[in-house]
Amino acid sequence: LRDSSVIAHEVPLPTLLFMGAKLAWAPSGNLLATCSRDKSVWVWEGESRSLQVDWEPPDTPLRVRDRVGSWVPFFFSPTVDEEDEYECVSVLNSHTQDVKHVVWHPSQELGLLSLFPQLLASASYDDTVKLYREEEDDWVCCATLEGHESTVWSLAFDPSGQRLASCSDDRTVRIWRQYLPGNEQGVACSGSDPSWKCICTLSGFHSRTIYDIAWCQLTGALATACGDDAIRVFQEDPNSDPQQPTFSLTAHLHQAHSQDVNCVAWNPKEPGLLASCSDDGEVAFWKYQRPEGL
Amino acid sequence: MQPPGAAQQPRIMEEKALEVYDLIRTIRDPEKPNTLEELEVVSESCVEVQEINEEYLVIIRFTPTVPHCSLATLIGLCLRVKLQRCLPFKHNLEIYISEGTHSTEEDINKQINDKQRVANGL
Repeated sequence: LRDSSVIAHEVPLPTLLFMGAKLAWAPSGNLLATCSRDKSVWVWEGESRSLQVDWEPPDTPLRVRDRVGSWVPFFFSPTVDEEDEYECVSVLNSHTQDVKHVVWHPSQELGLLSLFPQLLASASYDDTVKLYREEEDDWVCCATLEGHESTVWSLAFDPSGQRLASCSDDRTVRIWRQYLPGNEQGVACSGSDPSWKCICTLSGFHSRTIYDIAWCQLTGALATACGDDAIRVFQEDPNSDPQQPTFSLTAHLHQAHSQDVNCVAWNPKEPGLLASCSDDGEVAFWKYQRPEGL
Repeated sequence: MQPPGAAQQPRIMEEKALEVYDLIRTIRDPEKPNTLEELEVVSESCVEVQEINEEYLVIIRFTPTVPHCSLATLIGLCLRVKLQRCLPFKHNLEIYISEGTHSTEEDINKQINDKQRVANGL
């Protein structure tokens, strides 16, 4: 399928066969990261273009909406044959098992590119989180975060970009903090790469696998999607020590859905507006209000 | 309203466990002509059903016939699919191979409880 407003290539079959693949646009709009069960993370680069993307399970390919509003299939290809198409710039094989999630550091949105070069994070069945950055014309793994005792399903950066939240099949949420070389706290770094340390673990709140986590860029509220059909919201306590923060559970939506909640997302413009979706086939919208005194 | 984080004691549901067992005992072993019950892969005592916060949690511990990874995961998959299709009440399901029966039981347990892997047919 070829159309001037849509990118379409032949699909390398093994990539398409792995369902449950995830993808993420970098804030700049010209980088795309994809991950799947084949343990790899792919980084794609191309012309910035706003494309509406949709994934319809179980056997149909990814779809994009073209300029006239029609849904057309979208395929990936590692080869480049035209200027304005996406090219695979790196295949990262650092994880030893399925990669469940990829997310970009929000640095570009914060205008902090000089301080935080574009950073990519991935979560895996191998129980680790990995971070990647660009090095010359390639991408390299610059950190591995270990601590979870089972599959890490999802990730979210906080509004400042200095912390990363991960959620896992081990029923905990971990908060990791970035420490730059020469930091005041004396956290060791190797070379010029920052170090990431787990500064907080939220355990005892979730009774089953936590499939997704979302960190509101407007309010700092942290929402989780859990296999016990509930949605929970956590807020950092006021006067919490930045090196050892404490979070409180401020909302627990028991039976938010009638089956596993797979995904939660905060609206980027309207504070407190949360969307969720579930194995029960429904999408729900919630309005969260920060409790008094927090 | 329960305070956040407080755990409720689960109620053990014996009748529901029997319902589950009735469905799984007749599943045929992938490699042999016998049922899982005949081969002692499953037994009545290997099924537990708990009720927590009005939800049912079904826990099955099975003993694979041979310490062979792919068969154990296949049995796990069969159990999951059978219950998904035939069990009349809504439930969460956890499947484990019995401790001490397999060298990589942790790996198998992790696999058969990962719904994305199960959906992809492991």
